Formats: sequence, C-alpha cells, structure tokens
Amino acid sequence: MTPVQVRGEVLSTRRVGEYHQLTVVAPGVAEQVRPGHFIALTVGGQTSAHLLRRAFSVYRTQDRGVYGGTIDIVFAEHGAGTRWLSQVRQHDSLDVVGPLGKPFALPKEPVTCTMVGGGYGSAPLFTLAEQLRERGCRVDFVLGAATEGRLFGVLEAKRMSQSVAVTTEDGSLGDRGRVTDVLPALLGRTGSDVVYACGPMGMLAAVADLAARFGAHSQCAVEEAMACGIGVCMTCVLPVVGDDGVTRMVRSCVDGPVFRGDRVRWDDVGTVPPDTWGAQVSEGGHR
Amino acid sequence: MTRLTRVISPDSAEAPLPEVDMSTRLAGAVLPNPVMTASGCAGYGRELDQFFDITKLGAVVTKSIMLQPRAGRPTPRMAETPSGMLNSIGLQGPGIEQFVERDLPWLEQRGARVVVSIAGGAADEYIRLAQRLRHSTAVTAVEVNISCPNVEDRGLVFACDPVASATVVEGVRRNSAPGVPVLAKLSPDVTDIVSIARACVDAGADGLAMINTLLGVVVDTETMRPHLGGVTGGLSGPAIRPVAVRAVWQVHQAMPEIPIVGMGGIRTGADAFEFILAGASAVEVGTSVFNDPSAPIRVSHQLQRVLGDRGFESVSDAVGFAHRPPGGHGE
Repeated sequence: MTPVQVRGEVLSTRRVGEYHQLTVVAPGVAEQVRPGHFIALTVGGQTSAHLLRRAFSVYRTQDRGVYGGTIDIVFAEHGAGTRWLSQVRQHDSLDVVGPLGKPFALPKEPVTCTMVGGGYGSAPLFTLAEQLRERGCRVDFVLGAATEGRLFGVLEAKRMSQSVAVTTEDGSLGDRGRVTDVLPALLGRTGSDVVYACGPMGMLAAVADLAARFGAHSQCAVEEAMACGIGVCMTCVLPVVGDDGVTRMVRSCVDGPVFRGDRVRWDDVGTVPPDTWGAQVSEGGHR
Repeated sequence: MTRLTRVISPDSAEAPLPEVDMSTRLAGAVLPNPVMTASGCAGYGRELDQFFDITKLGAVVTKSIMLQPRAGRPTPRMAETPSGMLNSIGLQGPGIEQFVERDLPWLEQRGARVVVSIAGGAADEYIRLAQRLRHSTAVTAVEVNISCPNVEDRGLVFACDPVASATVVEGVRRNSAPGVPVLAKLSPDVTDIVSIARACVDAGADGLAMINTLLGVVVDTETMRPHLGGVTGGLSGPAIRPVAVRAVWQVHQAMPEIPIVGMGGIRTGADAFEFILAGASAVEVGTSVFNDPSAPIRVSHQLQRVLGDRGFESVSDAVGFAHRPPGGHGE
C-alpha cells in the first residue's frame, strides 16, 4: 500500500441521521483501501485559513468503472472544517490523501468476532464484517451512541451479522446505557475470539479491558487529533507497548489507527508515562 | 468528470518551466534548488518521498536530532489557529545514534542532500552532536536549532541570548567538518534579531536560518484550560510569514554577505519569492506540508515560474532584490 494524493470529486452527499455521508471519486486511493484505513482531506479550499487535514475512516469503497473507485466517509459537524465539508456539493473537488494507516488485522481461521462501534465510529466495521463473513467468521454487532440519531448502520449491521445489540444513553433506541453495559453478556454468550472496536477513546479503553477479561483479542481503531495524517507532524502520538515490552510514543496515523487493545496504555493516553522510551526524567530541562 | 479526477502530479506543469538557474550557494555548499523542507515538518524524508522525489529538492532538513532518544511532550500537541497552528511536540526523536545508523544512511542511499538539524539542552550536547556528524559524507549542512520554543524554561532558549547563541555556534563550528556550512536557526521572539544574528556570525556561523516558531498559547473556551498538554507551543504557518520576512529583511540589510535560509508560512512559489527578494538565498517549506504533502516540490516549480515571469535568469540575481533602489533590473 502506497498513499497517493489525488484530486477527488464529490459524487454525492446525503444526511444519515445526524451525520453526513460523502461519496468521493478518488482513483488510486479507493482501490488500495482495506478496512481500518483512513483518508485525509483538506478543508476550506485552496486559500483556506484551515491548514490542517481532517482524517476520516473509510466507510465503503466501490469500483465505479470509468470514473475510477469511490470512497464513502461518514462524519459529524465538529467545527469549521467539518462544517465546510458538510456543505460541499456534487462535482466539487476535494484534495484526497490515502489510504493511510494500518488496517484491521484479519484472523486466518473462521473465528467468532464481535464488532463494537460508538456513534459514526462504526463506519469502518461494515466492510470489515463482510470480509470476516467471507472467511467463515461469526459476526455480532454492538452499536451505541448518545441518541438514536447518532447511531450509524444499525440496519446494515442486521443484514450481515448473527445479532445486533443497540444502546443509547437516552434510551431512544435499544437498551438505555452504553455499549460496555451489554458487551459482557454478549462476549459470555458467544465466546468471542476477537473484538473489533472503533469509537471514542473512553469507549475503546473500556472495550479493550472487557475483551481482555473475556480472553478475547481486541483490535481498536483510535481517534487522535492529527495535523498531517502521513507521519511527519508527530502530534497524534499515544503510549503503546511494543513487542519488546517497551512503551513508546507512537504515531496513530502510521503505526495505527488500529492497535491491539492490550498494547495501548489507555489510562496514560494524554501523558508521557515515566517509563516511556526517551521520557524526560529531570524537571526543568527541555521537554 | 474524469477531467477533474486526475492524479495530482506535482511534477506536471501546464506549460514547460522557464529556463532559470535554480542553483544557490550557502557558504561552502551549492544546492541545485533553493527549496528545502523545514525541520520538524518532514521527518527524515521517508514519508514525503512517497509523494514526490525528495532528491529534486535543494535538501531535506531533518527533524531536530538530540543526543538521546526523546519521547516529547504530552498530547494534545497541536492546535489549529487562523492560517497556522500551534505545536508542542517537544523534540520527540530517536536520538543521534539511531539517526546515524538508520535514517541518515537511508537519505544518503536515496541520493538526497541532507541538512541535519541538531538540538541540545546544553552547549556540550551540541558539540557532541557535531562530533558525531563530523565524518559523515551524507551531511550537506548542519542547522543548529538554538530556538525551539518547546522547553520548560525560557532561559534555555539559546537564541534569546547573544552570548549563549555564540557559545553553541562556536562549539558546533569548531567540531564540524570544515567544508560543511553551519547554519544557526534563530527565534523571532527577541527584541533585536540582528544582534543575535551578528553574535552567531561572529561565532563562526556560515549562514542563518530564520525563523523558528513564535511562542503562543491557545486557551480552550469549552474546557476553559490551556489546549496544549505542554501549555505553550510554537506558532507556524502563513500567519507568521510577515514576521519571518521582516526578520530576513532586517538581517540581510545588516549583513548582506551572510547567506540566509528563509522560512515561515511559505505555501506558494510567490511566498518563497518574497523571502528571496527580502534577502534569503534559500527557503524551507514547513507547515504547508501538513496541508499538502507535495508542497515543497510544488513551491519549487512555482518559484521557478515566478522567477522566469519576473525576468530573472537565476535565483541568485533575485536574492535581496527588494533592498535595491528602484530603477534596476525588471523595472
């Protein structure tokens, strides 16, 4: 996989619940995407005062013949950049860099898999589930959000899985509560071998912890603030334990966004733990 | 529709580029092209080489290397600001040994010219870094980062003090290979940048790189606390360009014979041209890389076009042109 920079074209836009879905023609990018990859888009046009790219996990890709491959992303309006993106129209052009990051690892055996998605974080889990099904895996879904309007892909999940559990914090759909309230029962019932998760950091931390308790391997796609998405800015780092047992501040854009849940030091995200490779021990110097 | 969905090729141009001698001289080093990457915005070259041929640039300026591996500062490390960003990375890096064993050989094998940026907490650390690089054939120049703002103690920013700056520069110059230019990278956060520049030149600096980021703070109005984990950060991007052009202007006016590498918010070839007119012999493209990974090579091509359009046959003819009285070339 080699990321490329292409001038993409918006093929269609639509509202999905409280989210926006964009289909972008991005030849050279779409063909290389695997579940868990993300793309980075500029926002605001060529003279924009918003310089930093916005990263979006890929929801779907499709081969559209003469037009080249398309990529679908799903996003919420968080700030000025995503607001601009929510207003693009068909035929507008977008500067696309991708595919980026390390995708989800797929099991070689037909194992039992649980997909856990928080809000629109569920977006990359559907093509993943399809590929797992093709490998003979059992797939169950847990989808959670604050409200019904912030769930993404419930019907789609139902089409491709053994079961779908839904939670909302306000009880507007499914069980009132969070994904971690229903996950233990599901893991206990299915004896899931692998848990795939994508969503906010707090959710991922709790899901990784539950997976470990139930003896399941976990693959978590993190959401960290990025400036470039390609590995040069060093802003999206988090403490992760390597194969050698050493904690390093690793880039979620190139070393992730998918990490083994048991390797991320979730409680230490946002800090540099003292035993990290290269951590400064003395106070008052360069840090 | 297919017309719009072409792959962006940074090397492609609508029309052939005009004939302009793009080579430039930084003391003992001649670069085929005046456009380089800026330290901390291009890693050690590998990532950007996926998007364009890094050997086509004047040089790759590495992220600042220190003696020891360094984990950097806690996150959040970045805040977007109008036409810019604030960063507080804190010089995360592998340390000089791993750099010399792993990253520098890759750059050399790739055929890229390399300006190695070095940083330290004490003059002695800079000297040991210079000694470690002294016998490397891969080093085109050494950029001495005495101006990183992401330190706990402002008193440790060497570039805020002429004596401290001179001490570091003198040590690096004395311990570097004689033919390899030593460039002092200066901070704009000083009362009189010319006096710091002069102290560096008197201490043996062969050239000056300016500017490093400006110290800034963003307060998150939702959490009502500083946004960055490190509280303060360095401001970069087009927002700081006039400050950088001013610094280049002042120093070139005071010491027109000293080569200057200009940087600070360069996004287009016209921006790079502005620095050259103000007195820079070369430029570095930094934060714009985050917006456009092909920015350095695009800027290079745009610069060549602008130079041709203005009637310049070489980069060197344009260096400091804005200081000349009206009525000369191109008027």
